[in-house]
Amino acid sequence: MDRKIRVLIGKPGLDGHDRGAKYIARALRDAGMEVVYTGIRQTPEAIADAAIQEDVDFVGISLLSGAHNHLFPEVARLLREKDASDIILFGGGVIPEEDIPGLKEAGYAAIFTPGTPAAEVVEFINLQMEKRQ
Amino acid sequence: MTSTTGIIQGVGEGSIRAIARALSRVENGSSDSTDILDKLFARQQGFTIGVTGPPGAGKSTLVNRMITRYRADGNSVGVIAVDPSSPFTGGALLGDRIRMQSHASDPKVFIRSMGSRGHLGGLSGATRDASCVLSAAGYSPVIIETVGVGQAEVEIADLADITLLVLVPGLGDDVQSMKAGIMEIADIIVLNKADRNGIEQLESYVKASLEFISAGFKKPEVVRISAVNGEGLEDLWGAIDRLAATHPGENRISRSAVRTLNEILRENGMLFSEKLLELEYNGRETAEELILAGQLTPYAVGKKLLERAERMFEHNGSN
Repeated sequence: MDRKIRVLIGKPGLDGHDRGAKYIARALRDAGMEVVYTGIRQTPEAIADAAIQEDVDFVGISLLSGAHNHLFPEVARLLREKDASDIILFGGGVIPEEDIPGLKEAGYAAIFTPGTPAAEVVEFINLQMEKRQ
Repeated sequence: MTSTTGIIQGVGEGSIRAIARALSRVENGSSDSTDILDKLFARQQGFTIGVTGPPGAGKSTLVNRMITRYRADGNSVGVIAVDPSSPFTGGALLGDRIRMQSHASDPKVFIRSMGSRGHLGGLSGATRDASCVLSAAGYSPVIIETVGVGQAEVEIADLADITLLVLVPGLGDDVQSMKAGIMEIADIIVLNKADRNGIEQLESYVKASLEFISAGFKKPEVVRISAVNGEGLEDLWGAIDRLAATHPGENRISRSAVRTLNEILRENGMLFSEKLLELEYNGRETAEELILAGQLTPYAVGKKLLERAERMFEHNGSN
C-alpha cells in the first residue's frame, strides 16, 4: 500500500490573485502530499467535479474577492449533492472574522486567514487524517 | 460503494465516484486492486494515445485540444496526466488540469492526475492499471500524458496504442535529435509552437535524423502544429486516424494483454525475491547491511536467492 494524502487546491470566483493558493499548494507538496492545483477562476461546479474525479481527501479553496459567503457554501452543497460529503473542506483568503462561523456551519472544517503559517495547514490536514482512521 | 463489488459494479454503470475510487485502489496497490483489474480487464474498449515530450513542450495544451476534438465526435474521453513526485518527500504538485479547464465540467471527460511516485520511466507504476479502469468504464480514447521527459523515458510507447512525441524549437541542437531512445518510439513527432522562431530548423533536424532509421523499422510522421492557436491540428488528427485504422480493436487488446502479463511477471518477481530474502537473510534490510558492510556483493545475494529458489523447486518436483 502506497497511500498518499490527496488535496485539491482551487480558486473560484473572479480574482486572479493565486499567490496564497500556490504557496499553500507548495507547502503541502513539501509535506509529502499530492496536490492537484486547478488554477484560477474556477466555477464551484468545476471544483466539485475535479475533486470527485481526483478522489481527493481534502478540498482547499482560496478567495480574496469577498464572494466567499456565496461561493464557499456552493462548493460544499455541490459535493453533498454529488454524494461526496466525506471530502473535508477548508478555506483561506481575506475573510472577515464574523463570516467564519457561518462558513463552518456550511461545512468548512477550518478557515485560514492571511498570515497563517503553512505549517498550521499541514498540521490541520494531518490531524483530520488521524481522526478519520 | 467502498466495497470491491460495489466499485466494480459502479465502474460498469459509469459512476464517476466509483471510477475515481477504482483508480485510487489500483494506484495505491490496495489489497483488492487485483480483483478489480481482473474483472475490468476484458471490458476494455478504448484505444490509448500517449503524449510525451520535454517539460514545457505544450503537452497539456495539446491534450486539451485532443479532448475537444474527440468530444466533438461524441466520444467520452479519459485523461491520465502524470507529474513528477518529489524523490525526497514523495509529495507532488499536479498541475496539468490547469490547461484543461475548458472541459472541467463536462461529465463525459474524466481527467485524473497522478504523481509518478518514484517510478522513473515517465509514467507512474500504476498508469497501465489506471488506463485499464478508464477504458473499461467506456472512455475512448484514453489519453496518457507523461511527465516532462528527457531522452530515455520510452515506457509510454509500450503502453499506448499511438505515441506522440511533442518537440519545440530551441531545446537543443541537431545532436539531440539524433540520439536513440525517445526519438525512436514515436509514431508521430509533433513539432509544436510552429509560430516560433527556429521551427524550420527543428523540422529539418528532425527529418534529417529520421533518414537514418533502417528499413523495416517504423518511421514516424512529422506534423507541425501550434497547439495554442490551432494551426496544423487537422493534419495531426488525420495522422492519428490513419494510424488508429491500422490497429484493429482485437489486436490492441491482445497486445495489451501480453504487455500487462510482462509487467505482472516483473512485479511478481519482486514479491518472490522479497520472500526469498526473508528466508535466506531474514529480510532485505539484513542483506543490504551485509552488502554495505562489504561482506557480500549484490551479485552474490542474487545468486544465493536463485539457488534457494531452485532447491525449493527441486524439492517440490520430487513429491
